Amino acid sequence: MADTNFDVIVVGGGPGGYVAAIRAAQLGLKAAVVEKEHLGGICLNWGCIPTKALLRSAEVFHNMQHAASFGLVAKDVTFDLQKIVERSRGVSKQLAGGVGHLLKKNKVAVFDGFGKLLGGGKLTVEAEGKKVADLQGKHIILATGARAKVFPNLQPDGKLIWTYKEALVPDVMPKSLLVIGSGAIGIEFASFFNTLGAEVTVVEVVNKIMPFEDDEISAFAQKSMEKQGMKFKLGSMVKELKKGKDTVTAVIEKDGKTEEITVDRVITAVGVTPNTENIGLDAAGVKLDDRGFIAIDDYCQTSAKGVYAIGDVAGAPCLAHKASHEGVICVEKIAGIKGVHGLDRSRIPACTYCNPQVASVGMTEKMAKEKGLDIKVGRFPFMGNGKAIALGEPEGLVKTIFDNKTGELLGAHMVGAEVTEMIQGYGIAKTLETTEEDLMHTIFPHPTLSEMMHESVLDAFGRAIHF
Amino acid sequence: MPIEILMPALSPTMTEGKLAKWLKSEGDTVEAGDVLAEIETDKATMEVEAVDEGTLGKIVVSEGSDGVAVNSVIALLLEEGEDKSALDDVDTSKSKSPEKPKESGDEADKAAPKSGKSEDNKEKSSSSSPQTKNGDRIFASPLARRMASQEDLDLSKLEGSGPRGRIVKRDIEKALADGVGKAEAPQQQKSAAPTPAPAVTPDDPIFSMMPEFEAVPNSGMRKTIAKRLTQAARDIPHFNLQVDVEIDKLLAFRKELNGREGADYKISVNDFIVKATALALKHVPDCNVAFTDEAILKFKKVDMAVAVAVEGGLITPILKDAGSKGLATLSNEMKELAAKARDGKLKPEEYQGGTFTVSNLGMFGVKSFNSIINPPQGGILSVGAGEQRPVVKDGSLAMATVVTLTLAVDHRCIDGSVGAAFIKELKSLIEDPITLML
Repeated sequence: MADTNFDVIVVGGGPGGYVAAIRAAQLGLKAAVVEKEHLGGICLNWGCIPTKALLRSAEVFHNMQHAASFGLVAKDVTFDLQKIVERSRGVSKQLAGGVGHLLKKNKVAVFDGFGKLLGGGKLTVEAEGKKVADLQGKHIILATGARAKVFPNLQPDGKLIWTYKEALVPDVMPKSLLVIGSGAIGIEFASFFNTLGAEVTVVEVVNKIMPFEDDEISAFAQKSMEKQGMKFKLGSMVKELKKGKDTVTAVIEKDGKTEEITVDRVITAVGVTPNTENIGLDAAGVKLDDRGFIAIDDYCQTSAKGVYAIGDVAGAPCLAHKASHEGVICVEKIAGIKGVHGLDRSRIPACTYCNPQVASVGMTEKMAKEKGLDIKVGRFPFMGNGKAIALGEPEGLVKTIFDNKTGELLGAHMVGAEVTEMIQGYGIAKTLETTEEDLMHTIFPHPTLSEMMHESVLDAFGRAIHF
Repeated sequence: MPIEILMPALSPTMTEGKLAKWLKSEGDTVEAGDVLAEIETDKATMEVEAVDEGTLGKIVVSEGSDGVAVNSVIALLLEEGEDKSALDDVDTSKSKSPEKPKESGDEADKAAPKSGKSEDNKEKSSSSSPQTKNGDRIFASPLARRMASQEDLDLSKLEGSGPRGRIVKRDIEKALADGVGKAEAPQQQKSAAPTPAPAVTPDDPIFSMMPEFEAVPNSGMRKTIAKRLTQAARDIPHFNLQVDVEIDKLLAFRKELNGREGADYKISVNDFIVKATALALKHVPDCNVAFTDEAILKFKKVDMAVAVAVEGGLITPILKDAGSKGLATLSNEMKELAAKARDGKLKPEEYQGGTFTVSNLGMFGVKSFNSIINPPQGGILSVGAGEQRPVVKDGSLAMATVVTLTLAVDHRCIDGSVGAAFIKELKSLIEDPITLML
């Protein structure tokens, strides 16, 4: 009989849950993970990772199509959708196995099944309707994640109307595609299918794409994608989806006027909803916030003593790295580590892997102005960067926002090639609380795209060299 | 532009002082020479006189402010025809010290004029890392450092909540919200004092085990006494020479002098000893010296400092060229200086710059004592009480009035034989007081 008593039991093996469990084990706590489906969660199996694999295929395809501009010859460039999907699945499988190995290495017990709170530190695990185990935990961390939000009038059917799950394993290449929602998920799929040749239309209810990004960056990305043939319907809402035999007709309303467009496939990406059902929240006395997420304090403690929540189920932003970080904070607090601080939301970077990529951290210009802050804004275009020109990626922008009085880096926003790999630089700057002075004194290697990060800071104070 | 009235340096060593009292109010008309304010320095209370005429537009440093840095703006004087609006664009935040070391920010300003604001910030924050009182580096984020400088917070007073106790933005915000950690005075004006002994504060737990007490805040004078004497006791190799001196002749001589008809003086025993000491130094000039790292300074005159007890401390007014002055002159000067000292009205030149000190505790019946040298002087003479003691004269017991004199000298510049020559000369001058008249 396996051990059933733990210091920390984590419900959910995604990027929040497994990281929390490993950190707990590192701190000498006896830890377990309960996972109903795949270790690694949505992120690794149906989210971040497999989409990056698909987008990589699209990127290579795009480059092959433009081989001539690099002096290369690539004739009859085409693709095999089946193989692209196979590669993507293979990547997920490889990494999911890696998580299992990491948990084992750290002596974290893994229970396959669905965890349900019973109150008083008790948790029951069921698989296929049968009880697998009864566990007792001093601390139980809920990391059950979220799933695609579904509106009744936009009900996915898995055939013509997809969520991210079907979109990750397409059986056919749609000639035309309607994407509902221009957040990270929607825009990445739009970018993927557009690059592979689908005629893509994106509908967004807000009057800009990627609503959480800086206005200037959203506009820049939109223009760039429009040049690639993508269409956008902003400030618009899909009222109805009428399914035909192998097509869908969408009724789209804008400013009271409706229009209909017919497409092969639809992807709904209108947000996510937390997985709070059937996990025994009532039994344990765990309360939800007014948006339906589990309510937590700065250290992820819920309204029930000994029960914590991290990641998507505990509220936006629904990002893997936010979940992981909350997992660490939560466990370190449980272990009584000194100097643990709550999550600083102004330091959570966000990345979108469309073409061009978008990455940001901290306040947008609008947010800073709405807060009444006296700011300095720096901008540097990819056009002014040697490496960007050499790469054949002259489209992009690095924007920085500083507090004029203190020199604090309030926010950084980037669009263009590889910006998702660069945003961490500004993340470190924010965490270390550098001012513009330290950033100016940092020596950025030449020739790199990162030089634009330096120039943008210089520009904020009227000192850009190369523009 | 309104005229800036700056905190004056009342002595070469003064770095900060207390603005004790304003004698003029905002709106008052001021003539050149009017007394504007009283300033308590480390030794005395001084008056600040107006140099220009006009109207006192704004008092920048309020009455009772402690630790006001020399050359910081304390008030603004409006010239004729100027109204109060002229005050608005005057920046009173900075010290106007001309000797302020040049900072790198100045040059950067010239190089990049269009980025003025950023360079302003830079100037403030690019100074070296702040340190605690013990000289340890304070770990603080660049942003926290800049915010502290802008908000005039003393980082050494704050607790850091960041990694390994690093002070971060939230600590600054908390300090501002709680109203703690304010810097006492601009950092740049603090002189580089040698490493002091670990500070003992009234919060020290030991005091909670001791009887109830009243904490009397240290005055400027108290701080100076503590600083200088600690330094002297630690850094100067003192040694003492002691001698008994018979003063019966001196007492008789004094009685005669003071009893003269029409005498406008009343010479004290101490006056005699001061005069004798000054003469002895004149005769043994190797004892009228000061030690420096490069050279021993031999003074050509004897400026005699005389310790005077005043309320809350002591001060040493100076009898200039005491070796050349007559007893009556010295006596009268001494009375005048002592009165000024007790009123706290001594001018800096009246209590700074002595070459040797005489300290007398005889009036309290103290037989003998050792004093600590007042640097940079080379010696100090401690005078005990005159008392009748049995002495042996020509092989038989006799009575004499005897004073014990104890000389403390700085061995770096005065050796034993030189000190002995001096004290021998002093003894002979006192015991044969008529020679004081030579």
